Amino acid sequence: MKFTKHLAIALVSVVGIAGAAMASGADKHPEKQKWSSDGPLGQYDQASLQRGWQVYKQVCSSCHALKYFRFRNLADLGYNVDEIKAFAQEYEVAGEPDDAGDETVRAALPQDVFPSPFANDNAARASNGGALPPDLSLMTRARHDGKNYMYSLITGYGTKAPEGREIAADKSYNPYFKGGQISMAPPLFEGAVEYDAGQPEATPEQMAHDVVEFLSYVGDPTLGQRHELGFKVIAFLLLMTIIFFFSMKKIWRSVKAGKNFYEEE
Amino acid sequence: MAEWETIAPKNKALGWFEERLPILSLVHNVVGPGTPTPRNLNYWWNFGSLAGLMLVVQIISGIVLAMHYTPDTALAFDSVERITRDVNYGWLIRPMHANGASFFFIAVYIHILRGLYYGSYKAPREVLWMLGLVIFLLMMATAFMGYVLPWGQMSFWGATVITNLFSAIPVVGDSIVTLLWGGFSVDNPTLNRFFSLHFLLPFVILGVVILHIWAKKVSDSGNPLGIEVKSGADQIPFHPFYTIKDAFGVGVFFTIFATFIFFMPDAMGHPDNFIPADSLVTPDSIVPEWYFLPFYAILRSITFDIGIPGTDIVFIPAKLLGVIAMFASILLLFALPWLDTSKVRSARFRPVYKILFWVFVAVMVLLTIVGGKKPEGIWPVLGLLGTAYYFAHFLIFLPLLGKYEKTLPLPESISNPVIKAAE
Repeated sequence: MKFTKHLAIALVSVVGIAGAAMASGADKHPEKQKWSSDGPLGQYDQASLQRGWQVYKQVCSSCHALKYFRFRNLADLGYNVDEIKAFAQEYEVAGEPDDAGDETVRAALPQDVFPSPFANDNAARASNGGALPPDLSLMTRARHDGKNYMYSLITGYGTKAPEGREIAADKSYNPYFKGGQISMAPPLFEGAVEYDAGQPEATPEQMAHDVVEFLSYVGDPTLGQRHELGFKVIAFLLLMTIIFFFSMKKIWRSVKAGKNFYEEE
Repeated sequence: MAEWETIAPKNKALGWFEERLPILSLVHNVVGPGTPTPRNLNYWWNFGSLAGLMLVVQIISGIVLAMHYTPDTALAFDSVERITRDVNYGWLIRPMHANGASFFFIAVYIHILRGLYYGSYKAPREVLWMLGLVIFLLMMATAFMGYVLPWGQMSFWGATVITNLFSAIPVVGDSIVTLLWGGFSVDNPTLNRFFSLHFLLPFVILGVVILHIWAKKVSDSGNPLGIEVKSGADQIPFHPFYTIKDAFGVGVFFTIFATFIFFMPDAMGHPDNFIPADSLVTPDSIVPEWYFLPFYAILRSITFDIGIPGTDIVFIPAKLLGVIAMFASILLLFALPWLDTSKVRSARFRPVYKILFWVFVAVMVLLTIVGGKKPEGIWPVLGLLGTAYYFAHFLIFLPLLGKYEKTLPLPESISNPVIKAAE
């Protein structure tokens, strides 16, 4: 059908334009990785999410906050209530003022947000040579091609800066980062995290993959639900459209036959 | 205009009510069996009902979002995140509303292009056309303010750039900008008034849509042949024929819409809007939503002042000229019924106009691409050429075509070719 073709072309060009509108100021484009959440039927890999949570907790969380992530969200990773309570208890958060009006601290509960490593942005800058480690809650969606970008960035250290590019002493060269000069030191190295028995070996690549899987979950926690319901909705809509189509053909038969509805012939 | 038929329901209570408020007769005569409609409308005529339906989708999803949204610069971003994370089905409603805006514009753009191709704006449908343009302008204002509400980086900087345009207006410009902002920069008062207006305007649009449909009832639908209805044989009742055809269109359109909502909700958004607004950090490039890009390209295409060459005398600075060009590009369409001097409506019988129409569409696509690029290299040149062509199309080509184009002979009536084809 000509009409559908036109519409398809229009839609494809719209998406293409939206994609082309993103410019990047980095030396290299992110490398494409395989993600279990890709594609219309994609779902997060729970084992990878759990490993990624471990990497975030043990490595990233010393600098990067995760302000939209609450301990109770760990249920989506396959942890039960007791495990979640145990995770939360390892952290302290501000409590209600006591009877004298003095500030208190208490152990975190499942409903609490994962505590930020710094009291405020200034404290974060002061501890990081003036650079502010960004919150990672939405990072996989706040960059173009976010998942591949983050994976490439984390594993993209080690190459030398191009001739003539000066990299400051306390910074690193990273070809995937805008401008090439990044304040974050290479975050993952062999043995940074020890995975449980039965899990893949904790190579930097594996850790990077797992932590990006976890962070893309934090950025888009309902992807699984969305894909599941989406499949049903599309199936329903297609069926409905087919029924409408054949109803239309049947109803229009008299018109196609040239019937005159308003005058006696 | 077809005769008004009165409905007399058999049910006593319904009949009593109908005598006092003939709502069934209204439906019957506007989109029901009592609405004679040209029998040859093609699928391009589906997009009016689709646009109307998208308005309903936007209003319903928007009202639910407003129940959970907080218009405060310190809380807006968090409240939107809360909607997608913790509100029941918020993860569905929010992308539905965000992508719904895009699909509303897709439907409306196709609807407008259909009007351009088949000459739907010509007498006696000038007012119908102009009411449509009023809807389009209101939609643009609504969509712009809606995009500010999540208070991401692109929200904030988009608002800053667009509101700043008004400062180009001589004498009163700065006062207008202060009024829009409710202060001296885009800040909490701006967010509050944008939220209020974003809630109000859709209902204004709904009102104009009613006028738009009323004007359609009075002048009747156009049709792909662009000739008027000659007899009853040219027409079929709106219901059931076009209701079922519209229903099929809704099925196709919503399947595509749902594909975006469920499987690529971020495809038409900008990653920067997942970064909370920060007045100290300007994004790499400030890009509006895709549906504004052609007009954004026209705005940016003007980079020269108008004045006396060789002197410092400037009559119209580049910024003001760009703003004038952008607003003129839309306001111009109000004069279209008189700029197009051809007596023939449909492009099917206008061989030269048909080519110019597709060139015009190509130029609009080009301007859309230019609007999304940084103004470097070849892009500003292409933008300027595209802008020049846009105005030439309406101000030079269309008036001249009416005089010089040799149009093809028109069919005798709608039913004649239709019936012949069926034999």
